[in-house]
Amino acid sequence: MFSRSLYRLRNLSRHNGRSFYNSSSYFKHSALITAFQPLLHNKPYATTTQHAASTSSLNQTELAKFAAIAESWWDAEGPFKPLHVMNPTRLAFIRSTLCRHFGKDPFSVRPFEGLKFVDVGCGGGILSEPLARMGASVTGIDAVDKNIKIARLHADLDPVASSIEYQCTTAENLVEEQKKFDAVIALEVIEHVADPAEFCKSLSALTVSNGATVISTINRSMRAYATAIVAAEYILHWLPKGTHEWSSFLTPEELVMTLQRASISVEEMAGFAYNPLTGQWSLSDDVGVNFIAFGIKNSE
Amino acid sequence: MSRLITTKRLASNIFTFKQASRTFCNDASTKLNNVPFETQFNKEDEGVTNDVPQHDIAIVGGGMVGMALACSLASMPLTKHLSIAIIDSNPALTNMPSIKKDDPPDPRVSTVTPATISLFKGIGAWEFVEQHRHAYFDKMQVWDYTGFGFTRYNARDADKDVLGCVVENKVLHKSLLSCLQKKDLKKTIYPARLSSMSLPTRSSVSNGSSKSLANLAKLELTDGTNVYAKLVVGSDGNKSRVRELSGIKTTGWNYSQSAVICTVEHPSENSTAWQRFLPAGPIALLPIGNNFSNIVWTMSPKDASNHKIMNQHDFIKAVNHALDSGHGPRPESRILGGDVIPSFFKPNVTSAVNEGFEIPPKVVKVVSERMAFPLSLMHANDYVAKRVVLIGDAAHTVHPLAGQGVNMGYADVAALSNVIGDGVAVGSDIGEVTLLKKYETERKTANIAMMAVLDGFQKAYSVDFGPLNILRAAAFNGANVFAPLKRNIISYASGERSLPFLS
Ligand SMILES: Cc1cc2nc3c(=O)[nH]c(=O)nc-3n(C[C@H](O)[C@H](O)[C@H](O)COP(=O)(O)OP(=O)(O)OC[C@H]3O[C@@H](n4cnc5c(N)ncnc54)[C@H](O)[C@@H]3O)c2cc1C
Ligand SMILES: C[S@@+](CC[C@H](N)C(=O)[O-])C[C@H]1O[C@@H](n2cnc3c(N)ncnc32)[C@H](O)[C@@H]1O
Repeated sequence: MFSRSLYRLRNLSRHNGRSFYNSSSYFKHSALITAFQPLLHNKPYATTTQHAASTSSLNQTELAKFAAIAESWWDAEGPFKPLHVMNPTRLAFIRSTLCRHFGKDPFSVRPFEGLKFVDVGCGGGILSEPLARMGASVTGIDAVDKNIKIARLHADLDPVASSIEYQCTTAENLVEEQKKFDAVIALEVIEHVADPAEFCKSLSALTVSNGATVISTINRSMRAYATAIVAAEYILHWLPKGTHEWSSFLTPEELVMTLQRASISVEEMAGFAYNPLTGQWSLSDDVGVNFIAFGIKNSE
Repeated sequence: MSRLITTKRLASNIFTFKQASRTFCNDASTKLNNVPFETQFNKEDEGVTNDVPQHDIAIVGGGMVGMALACSLASMPLTKHLSIAIIDSNPALTNMPSIKKDDPPDPRVSTVTPATISLFKGIGAWEFVEQHRHAYFDKMQVWDYTGFGFTRYNARDADKDVLGCVVENKVLHKSLLSCLQKKDLKKTIYPARLSSMSLPTRSSVSNGSSKSLANLAKLELTDGTNVYAKLVVGSDGNKSRVRELSGIKTTGWNYSQSAVICTVEHPSENSTAWQRFLPAGPIALLPIGNNFSNIVWTMSPKDASNHKIMNQHDFIKAVNHALDSGHGPRPESRILGGDVIPSFFKPNVTSAVNEGFEIPPKVVKVVSERMAFPLSLMHANDYVAKRVVLIGDAAHTVHPLAGQGVNMGYADVAALSNVIGDGVAVGSDIGEVTLLKKYETERKTANIAMMAVLDGFQKAYSVDFGPLNILRAAAFNGANVFAPLKRNIISYASGERSLPFLS
């Protein structure tokens, strides 16, 4: 979604806007880009944002962009609108996979009662709050201090959400502190980190053995994996041809491989062809594809 | 799972200003039990939250539609834990009215469709309806004063037992109240009216001193009570205060027509819904049990006031004239609907399809007061705003022509409770516009389609088209001959399809 525009920005500066610039799908989404104008036109690079200790996953340019629009996290019509609109769908995925995995009652109002979750790259807490309402003990972390402040303020508006622990830190720092969680969730973050493979290793280290890891990101090949649920086995046997240039946009099979190397086996994956219901968002049917993967940390 | 342990039955709380602190203490303690975090309330807010009633949902207007929503929420696994306020000064909500079986039927009745009946069954309210007077009908005859055509619908044509059921509004309402009493819902009834409302704005949220209240809708009631809620449901009828206070505009118009309604008696029992189209509008005779029927008769406002005050004898004469003897000849089954149609035109004709015209029962007595209502059509431009949602007549009012008014409201109830349940499942804030829009999208399309047809229907029959009547009659007869078409018409009329009938 909007990460695409970030991606492009970064690519322009880092790689001279190579291949992606030519991708036809990019231009189809000009309205989307308009929605991210603040992102594109702010010159956030010079901000004096306070970041967590610099560690492997941090990409300072990316973080500055989030800091610049932090105020608008909870504006459902603002730059983070795609996340707001996508939220119920991705939460439905999380609910169904994790209820099954942890043997919880799918008709419960608070199925995640008694489970410890960490929301890595929580931003303003768009995902953390619903997870808390679903009963999880949530820790939300983000590398941008401003995001954490917004998240804290907003969570305090709701007595249930106010139980969330927000912290400005990184996954690596939590690993050093030897923190462990039943479920480690990082949605729409991996495409912003400096080293996805290292990042996955940190997520894995935070997950208890047999615990769950959920990652969502944008598919580099966009429409290729569209809406269907891609059978994990299918993906597992579909080895990358090695023709891809590495970029921080992963394809589903790359994500599966990366997680595999980090001792997480992907059990389920789904694509989101995100289709706004109302005419409000004029992008309608052509918003590209995000995907979400649920994996289990191998025991031992 | 502590959630499941706290299902102790709560007597319905009735909140009055005097009792405020006591009642709310009870409420607060149940809340604390229910949510297993010690951090349920922010420390600094504790004082505030304990003094001020806070609910998940405030239902403003406990009429036939609002009470159905409360029952529906109470009967779904993912919504029954919600804390509900019901705000309505109607004394029936607190002192259950008694309904005597041998009182003559009230003239205010609804024709509920099979879809509405299944909603009632699903929430456990239909068993209470069945304890009172109600009249199923399995036949419907619609005809036209010109004598050219008629249509008889039979439930059998659509493989159904009934086409609908006529129930007094007070029975529907009371059944919902009885049903709600049996539920585990955490509900508080506020016997007052909504006077004003403030919705959270971004500045109130960021500057507010009591954080958890600032993000809620604040309702001020006529008795001075303030109630806070995550979601305000406007089920307060066609002059909705909730709609007005949230700045939602409406589109609508009045017809220069009124409906006269009353209960009448005839010599034998009736199980057919009758509707005859006259030059000034239709007259309907709906069975309401025993030898009683309900009359809904559309005419000009001037005629309506005359018919309201004329003596019984004249009124009965006028009714029988309108239903049968006046304006034109009875249709003959033969003219278009009978033998004229070649037999190869009648695929799968069952005997039911070719039923002959029947004469409606003769009215002998008026047993209730006569009331007159102006006909109007109103539709809210939006059904939702932040923390606000409209259902029932607050969102759409139609004239009683096809008996769809309250059925549209019940379809709203079914859709909204599902959307709220889906929201709870994924941990949404139930007052969030993005969530509520799903309800709006689903219902608006269906309601607008239904209204468009009712409006077209109304227009088609309020003008005397002369020769066009023959076409209309042919359409009626066509519908009578082609069983599959008729089946479609019946399923639209009985609320199974979202698109309207007789378009
Ligand atoms: C003559 C006539 C015949 C009809 N026939 C049929 C028919 O045959 N079939 C059919 O389906 N429909 C029929 N209808 C329509 C049907 O009656 C309505 O659709 C139905 O009553 C709507 O229910 P509701 O709960 O939305 O609103 P209402 O029944 O109007 O209830 C609104 C409630 O809100 C309360 N309220 C109002 N303002 C406030 C406030 N500020 N604060 C708190 N509470 C408030 C009121 O006390 C009331 O209890 C008919 C209507 C008319 C006029
Ligand atoms: C696209 S947002 C996603 C927010 C949230 N997960 C959601 O989906 O609603 C990405 C977030 O990741 C944060 N982030 C980026 N790199 C990070 C890193 N290395 N460690 C922690 N957070 C990071 C950004 O500050 C930003 O808030």
